[in-house]
Amino acid sequence: MTAPVATGAAGFLARYEGLKDHLPGARKPWLNQLRADAAVHFAARGFPTRRVEQWKYTDLAPVAQASFAEPLTMVEGAIALPVPNAENRAVFVDGRFRPDLSTLDGLAFRVGGLAQGLADAEPWLGALAKPGTEPLAALNTMLFEDGLFLDLPEGVDGGLLELVSIAVDPGRPFAFHPRHLFRLGAGAKLTLIETATGRGHCLHNPVFEIDVAENATLTHGRMLQEEATVFHLSTIYATVAAGGTYDNFTVAAGPRLTRNEIHAALTGPKAACHMNGAQMASDGQHVDTTTALDHAAPDCASRQTYKTVLAGRSRGVFQGKIHVHRVAQRTDGYQMNQALLLSDEAEIDSKPQLEIYADDVKCSHGATVGALDADSLFYLRTRGIPESQAKAMLVEAFLHEAVETVTDDTLRTALTRALDNWWARQEASA
Amino acid sequence: MLRIEGLTAEVEGKPILNGVDLEVPSGEVHAIMGPNGSGKSTLSYVLAGREGYVVTGGSATFNGVDILAIEPEERAAAGLFLAFQYPVELPGVGNATFLRTALNAQRRAKGESELDAMQFLKLARERMKALSMPEDMLKRGVNVGFSGGEKKRNEILQMAMLKPALAILDETDSGLDIDALKIVSDGVNAMRGPDFSALVITHYQRLLDYIVPDRVHVLISGRIVRSGGPELAQELEAQGYAAVQAAA
Repeated sequence: MTAPVATGAAGFLARYEGLKDHLPGARKPWLNQLRADAAVHFAARGFPTRRVEQWKYTDLAPVAQASFAEPLTMVEGAIALPVPNAENRAVFVDGRFRPDLSTLDGLAFRVGGLAQGLADAEPWLGALAKPGTEPLAALNTMLFEDGLFLDLPEGVDGGLLELVSIAVDPGRPFAFHPRHLFRLGAGAKLTLIETATGRGHCLHNPVFEIDVAENATLTHGRMLQEEATVFHLSTIYATVAAGGTYDNFTVAAGPRLTRNEIHAALTGPKAACHMNGAQMASDGQHVDTTTALDHAAPDCASRQTYKTVLAGRSRGVFQGKIHVHRVAQRTDGYQMNQALLLSDEAEIDSKPQLEIYADDVKCSHGATVGALDADSLFYLRTRGIPESQAKAMLVEAFLHEAVETVTDDTLRTALTRALDNWWARQEASA
Repeated sequence: MLRIEGLTAEVEGKPILNGVDLEVPSGEVHAIMGPNGSGKSTLSYVLAGREGYVVTGGSATFNGVDILAIEPEERAAAGLFLAFQYPVELPGVGNATFLRTALNAQRRAKGESELDAMQFLKLARERMKALSMPEDMLKRGVNVGFSGGEKKRNEILQMAMLKPALAILDETDSGLDIDALKIVSDGVNAMRGPDFSALVITHYQRLLDYIVPDRVHVLISGRIVRSGGPELAQELEAQGYAAVQAAA
């Protein structure tokens, strides 16, 4: 088989044309239609350029100009897995479910690969990530092969589950677009810890569709730690019904470019959403957190705290939109993003955006940007703490503050380790 | 012994110290008094090595070590300690972590073994008790939400833990009520001995009732204009700096 020659959107469209009869679910008319609609949409819009408002600060040209192929062969055999954070884990290699590497026995709910579960996915797949929305979601819909399919029945406490994604370098540019479907029935509960690792010149373009029913709670911790050759573009769509909670905490530290895009809708009274995270970049890296929160029902609460640390010549972006609908009276919304710049060449772009159509609303936002505080550094050094260690303490303090909101001990420990690992790597390369 | 000779320094291009000469022998406590803007805090920052405080001439040695030539953390390892007039708040840095890191950094620099968490806690609890500090101050962020008095006591706790050979106390009495002043003074007095010396910088004589100095120096316009025994502090209190300045 020869490598495809077309680049960017045209390349992906050409591969879709070639692969569409072989993709999982190719015999299901509803899925074929969904993929076809997505292809039409993606063909019309292509990769977003910086002329598109939501992509003003993040340039996808390096992705659009590359020629990524699908990982054609299944990676077989043993793979070095990251240190486990939970007993139960679902492992994906190059976006494909690997039951042989996963441990999911005896769970009281459905969990497994989407490719094998497509027969039951029709009502949910594309319900939140509609083909006509974001181009990257369309690209994902067009080409996804697999993903994690989670379905917690009413009232089930799923405990702790880990989602591991590993990209194995095939020695040439490759892309994978996992599609993850999570459904939590009324009153169900789950803590999901996600780790993404991998190497090679690669595009990881996952899309999540997350449906949290009445009084259900999903805690979703994410550690995006691929190597600095990887482009990680994830898009999460979450909808939370009355009394339900979706908690997202994301540590982005590693990839060359990370886009952490979250669309959450609070659709029933007293639903809640917490979106927190820490994103770090060093020389040549770009991190982008973009959130869009829809307060579509009364008495809902949302909290967002994002921390960005930038070293060397790097760039960070935070865009946070809160839309409070006319019906969403007594909304309690809070958004804060803080950036720490460790070099003169680092740049942060911060854009909070509040659209409020209800009149009885408590909504606040804030943004700070600064360097390490010279007085604090001096204070530590006068106590005998060497400069590099003093800096590390202050950076850690800045980042750990974001993690303090995480109540699950296992998750908090994992996230803290991810933060400290970044700093250790940063120190080692400095 | 701290020996300062002809020390001149400027901040943002403005000369503040204009030739300070001072000797503090080991085992002695000296006080530096002076009106606002006389250069007292500048002297303490220059000795501790704060950025932006530029030495333009003269020298400062401590036990023969040229302290102006080394980094702030190296000065600390050499035995120098500065109790800040305005201690910095460090949100997210636990007081215990901070103290232990500092203590172990200095022990490492001196080639001593580091204290583990248990050894550290035992020592910290002991020192805190002596300073009437509630134990939960260890768990809080460094100086975060501390009252003025608690911040100063935290400075003295650090000193008691780090056991410096020379402590510079920069207006440690400011913002203290009489009870806190007594606790802080007791903390300093407990350190006194042949291997400890201190430079007590203060605006008022009050502190010197509790920490009785061996010598008192008057700093005006960046120079020591008069030196004397503890009675000089009382004279200043009675007559004011203007009289001393006129007489000098």
